[in-house]
Amino acid sequence: MSEIDKKIVNDFVNNKIEFVTTVPCKQLAGVIDEIDSNDSIYHIPSNKEDEGIGLCAGAFMGGKRSAIIMQNTAIGVTVNTLVTLTQFYRLPLPMLISYRGELGEPVACQVEMAVHTKALLAQLHIPTYHFHNEDDVNELDAILKHTFMCNKPVAILTDATFWKGY
Amino acid sequence: MIRSEVLKNLIPVISDHFVVCNIGLPSQELHLMDDQPTNFYMLGTMGLSSSIGLGVALAQKQKVISIDGDGSVLTNFGTLPTIANNVADNFILLIIDNGSYGSTGDQPTYAGMKTSLTNVARACGCENVIECDAEDAVSTMQVALDSNKMTIIVCKCESGNIKVPVIEMDPVVIRDRFMRELESRNA
Repeated sequence: MSEIDKKIVNDFVNNKIEFVTTVPCKQLAGVIDEIDSNDSIYHIPSNKEDEGIGLCAGAFMGGKRSAIIMQNTAIGVTVNTLVTLTQFYRLPLPMLISYRGELGEPVACQVEMAVHTKALLAQLHIPTYHFHNEDDVNELDAILKHTFMCNKPVAILTDATFWKGY
Repeated sequence: MIRSEVLKNLIPVISDHFVVCNIGLPSQELHLMDDQPTNFYMLGTMGLSSSIGLGVALAQKQKVISIDGDGSVLTNFGTLPTIANNVADNFILLIIDNGSYGSTGDQPTYAGMKTSLTNVARACGCENVIECDAEDAVSTMQVALDSNKMTIIVCKCESGNIKVPVIEMDPVVIRDRFMRELESRNA
């Protein structure tokens, strides 16, 4: 596991995030491993991202700060859930997202969703942060605080350059 | 017996517990018959009652009952393996299985045809799965509550609806009073 994986999960823990749902991703595999081995976080893999957002909504109402880790393709899957659950009930939800289909992407099909990702997030009025350089991770702590301050879903897009290829 | 009658009979047993209720008519019926802060009404997002309920149950100690429908479980089948593999003994999933999409005009579901949700839940690894008739819903729920074991109840009933008003309560109010009540009971 890299220092960045550890730093991300440390920021989660320091912001009292205790419940994390994940959908597998190659770029985020190290973060997912780190989440899984962290004793202060309940890791619950979900089968689809809208299911995961439902789990996160429940955990937050039960008193545990929650977060989801997913790919940007999931924005297409979760529009209704983000709007009618997370936003309608004003629930905070950090979404750590691997931004597939950006520079360095070997799979053409990933670009098809990448070109819609920021437009969809903008249309949904979801605050969006894009990690491209390694130093961008230093904003994560502030982004998490911002999320729980404003009770909104917040997207953190992490691209292949940030992860130094895969 | 139709769903609204099942819910009415269940109220004395479930009223004291936290309930996450499915979108549409089930929430509207519960709201009409027994509105209180322990009820979380879903105003949108078909299919996620069991996911939200499991999340609440895993995060704290109070008992949580998710009321779901056969159509809604069919739209979020991935929930059953997640439930099976993340056991919360304070969680009960009640699937009211009337074999139809009640809120949209009683179109038939596959659960009313060849597909058995009871068998699907068991195949997904869920351990305490009980199928019952509508007439036995109350006693089955009481047994599940007393068992302190995560339980899935598939309650078979007839298709049909009563006229109920929509819920006009603001979603943030629904969420806030639910959270406050949970917090005070866990204190």
